[in-house]
Amino acid sequence: MAPKRHAASTTSAAPSAITTPAAPKLSSGPATLKANASAAEIAQHVWHQYSSTTPQRTLLLDAFMAFLVLVGGLQFLYCVLAGNYPFNAFLSGFGAAVGQFVLTASLRMQTSDSGVGSKPSSKGKNARFADEVEEGTGTSHERAFADYIFGSLILHFFCINFIN
Amino acid sequence: MAPSSLDVLLKGSSGRNTRGLLRVIILVTIAAAAVSSRLFSVIRFESIIHEFDPWFNFRATKYLVENGFYSFWDWFDDRTWHPLGRVTGGTLYPGLMVTSGIIYHVLLLLTIPVDIRNVCVLLAPGFSGLTALAMYLLTSEMSTSPSAGLLAAAFMGITPGYISRSVAGSYDNEAIAIFLLVFTFYLWIKAVKNGSIMWGALTALFYGYMVSAWGGYVFITNLIPLHVFVLLCMGRYSSRVYISYTTWYALGTLGSMQIPFVGFLPIRNSDHMSALGVFGLIQLVAFADFIRSYLPGKQFQKLLTSMILLTVGLGLGGLVLLSVSGVIAPWSGRFYSLWDTGYAKVHIPIIASVSEHQPTAWPAFFFDLNFLIWLFPAGVFMCFQKLKDEHVFVVIYSVLASYFAGVMVRLMLTLTPIVCVAAALALSAILDNFLVASTPSPTAESKAKASTEDKSLRSTREPVVGIYSYLSKAVVTGSVTLYLLLFVAHCTWVTSNAYSSPSVVLASKLPDGSQFIIDDYREAYYWLRQNTPDNAKIMSWWDYGYQIGGMADRPTLVDNNTWNNTHIATVGKAMSSREEVSYPILRQHDVDYVLVVFGGLLGYSGDDLNKFLWMVRIAEGIWPDEVKERDYFTARGEYRVDEEATPAMKNSLMYKMSYHNYQSLFPAGQAMDRVRGTKLPKESPQLNTLEEAFTSENWIVRLYKVKDLDNLGRDHSHAVAFDKGLKRKRATKHKGPRVLRTE
Repeated sequence: MAPKRHAASTTSAAPSAITTPAAPKLSSGPATLKANASAAEIAQHVWHQYSSTTPQRTLLLDAFMAFLVLVGGLQFLYCVLAGNYPFNAFLSGFGAAVGQFVLTASLRMQTSDSGVGSKPSSKGKNARFADEVEEGTGTSHERAFADYIFGSLILHFFCINFIN
Repeated sequence: MAPSSLDVLLKGSSGRNTRGLLRVIILVTIAAAAVSSRLFSVIRFESIIHEFDPWFNFRATKYLVENGFYSFWDWFDDRTWHPLGRVTGGTLYPGLMVTSGIIYHVLLLLTIPVDIRNVCVLLAPGFSGLTALAMYLLTSEMSTSPSAGLLAAAFMGITPGYISRSVAGSYDNEAIAIFLLVFTFYLWIKAVKNGSIMWGALTALFYGYMVSAWGGYVFITNLIPLHVFVLLCMGRYSSRVYISYTTWYALGTLGSMQIPFVGFLPIRNSDHMSALGVFGLIQLVAFADFIRSYLPGKQFQKLLTSMILLTVGLGLGGLVLLSVSGVIAPWSGRFYSLWDTGYAKVHIPIIASVSEHQPTAWPAFFFDLNFLIWLFPAGVFMCFQKLKDEHVFVVIYSVLASYFAGVMVRLMLTLTPIVCVAAALALSAILDNFLVASTPSPTAESKAKASTEDKSLRSTREPVVGIYSYLSKAVVTGSVTLYLLLFVAHCTWVTSNAYSSPSVVLASKLPDGSQFIIDDYREAYYWLRQNTPDNAKIMSWWDYGYQIGGMADRPTLVDNNTWNNTHIATVGKAMSSREEVSYPILRQHDVDYVLVVFGGLLGYSGDDLNKFLWMVRIAEGIWPDEVKERDYFTARGEYRVDEEATPAMKNSLMYKMSYHNYQSLFPAGQAMDRVRGTKLPKESPQLNTLEEAFTSENWIVRLYKVKDLDNLGRDHSHAVAFDKGLKRKRATKHKGPRVLRTE
């Protein structure tokens, strides 16, 4: 139980990092960072880098993942505070959130392996040929998305079957 | 072997097709060989379910086929563990029964009339053919050599280590579980290689199937996380690993929780915690990896250290908290006995009493794996040479499995697949080097050179020139061929002699060489089925519970499920105590008949008197004051049954039942026990509270009927003494109206 919880909590460090530097400090794009910056500065820097280089589609995925973390966190909180009485239901709800998060993360890795640093914009159909030669996964976007659907179907079948 | 020797003849695109066809033919032949070598028992005896556990599986399958899936799922069985009953549907692994049920219904749909028993008997051989195919796939992932997969498939098909659990009639969970094990590993390797959700999800599906089929799924549950963990430690994190592992874990865990018997174990039991921990770890690593892509090295270092400190602190605190508060169950007893071989004997005699939980004897490795066992280290070494992700897997698997196989006999089964993989890798390397070059070809030399350079499976990189001497080629190839032939001969011999006996029916050779079938078990069970009321309760040691349930169809007190130690100890106490103590126990549990197995006449060593000490030990575990193991040994510490046996021994119900009337078979004073090789006392023991109901032809199974309370209110010893004095009145005295007992 324990490792899963702070797996969620550390990944939710991403949204928390998102909210703090929302103050308008317009250092445009990839600013350079001082050698001995504080952790907060680093986080800020990361956030700027992230928001400036990530393509729209990937941002959508990230938003979905953040939402899943929120849902999973809420369920966990409920379980801790209000007791785990319908344990089946809790497990399948929590499992669905975690599983969907993981699957979405996998999809994100497969579709945007390249896009983080070097290729910010070429996310069209052409990109998949480039992806195929890449070191990463060697799967096309369509294939990755089909896989994602396949995995999600199995996941939710199990969850519904388990929910009682 | 065949494709590589034909290489020269089969060049070009048509050659590729021919080779592909050849490979298919070879695989089909291997599968056929795997199936047919398991049919010894059917040919020699008959189509019959073997041993003990398979009888329960068979009975459950019949129930499933007759009553449908849902009532099977909710099955409460009141005919075992009398008077407790057993929630059978929730305490079994349903994979095996459902599989054969599906096969049965498909065959019926195709209008092939088939008996469910034949489906059950032939399920294991059928799946062993599939295992050979899965083995081919798995090994082909490890090696570029085309021969490695075929060799591994052939090894897997006929190696005795696997045959021991999958002969026709051995209808046990392992029959399908080994196929699922190998296939799940194949899918896992595929997933790690491709990094696609689909392969990960397929792995999870087959893992779920495996969970439904065998308790040994815990092996996969721990092996895959360990593989990932080692990859992480080696600095080999990649998105492929993340995708395949997290997909497998998320789907596989939910899948495994669908089985009622497993239920919440995956999040409660410590056996499953490593998988969860690695799941959390890989999330962190992935997140760190993600952050790193945005940061220069130095800041990243800083961030990382603070993150690591935070999570380690939180994780440790949480784990300690959960363990202390008891949310996470402690490790299961069987798990402890894996690390400390003496653990079970001290703490859980019921586990230690099973012969397949004993540590493995060294010769067993050679007996079960023959020459594969010494090729095995060579194959593992070759994996070290290349050490891609999948080779790491082989190395980890082989280390773990060899340890476990040394601890418990039955875990030899999990070692066998990896031994086949490693041995096939080693052997195919040898053959590729020594056989390809020896083919008579005009450009043999240049080809040999070329092949030395581009073949990645080189165990010897130094001599770039290859092997020129025909002598060495001939010697090596010849000796390898000889070993292979010997291996086949050994496997056939072991299969036919050691592993094909149903153990329900025994066979022995008469002095003139003809076969003599000893069918006492079925004789006795059939007697029970024909001559006792439908709900007559039978007490026996738990070994025979499943067989009585399956063959005699009578309620039993304890059976091989062993879920309730106290109940088993009660039976042990009844067997090992004096009659005056046992009789109330028998009455309280509504016992009508007591069954003992006695091998003294025939020299059958697996009888109850040889297991007797386990009954005593298990009973002692619950009632240390009333049953003491020491009382059953003589002053000099010997376990004796003859004149010098201790009073506790001589007065125990088991002793009396075993030797009751036995002396009358022999001339006075010459009674011999042929198992223990001792002379017996002159007088046969006197039974007061039980009467002999049936004894099978060779005295292997003896049935006793529990006497009703005496009509005149005397206790049984007085009644019997009275009868002995006045023999004429015997018939009328204590044969009360039996009908009273059968309401």
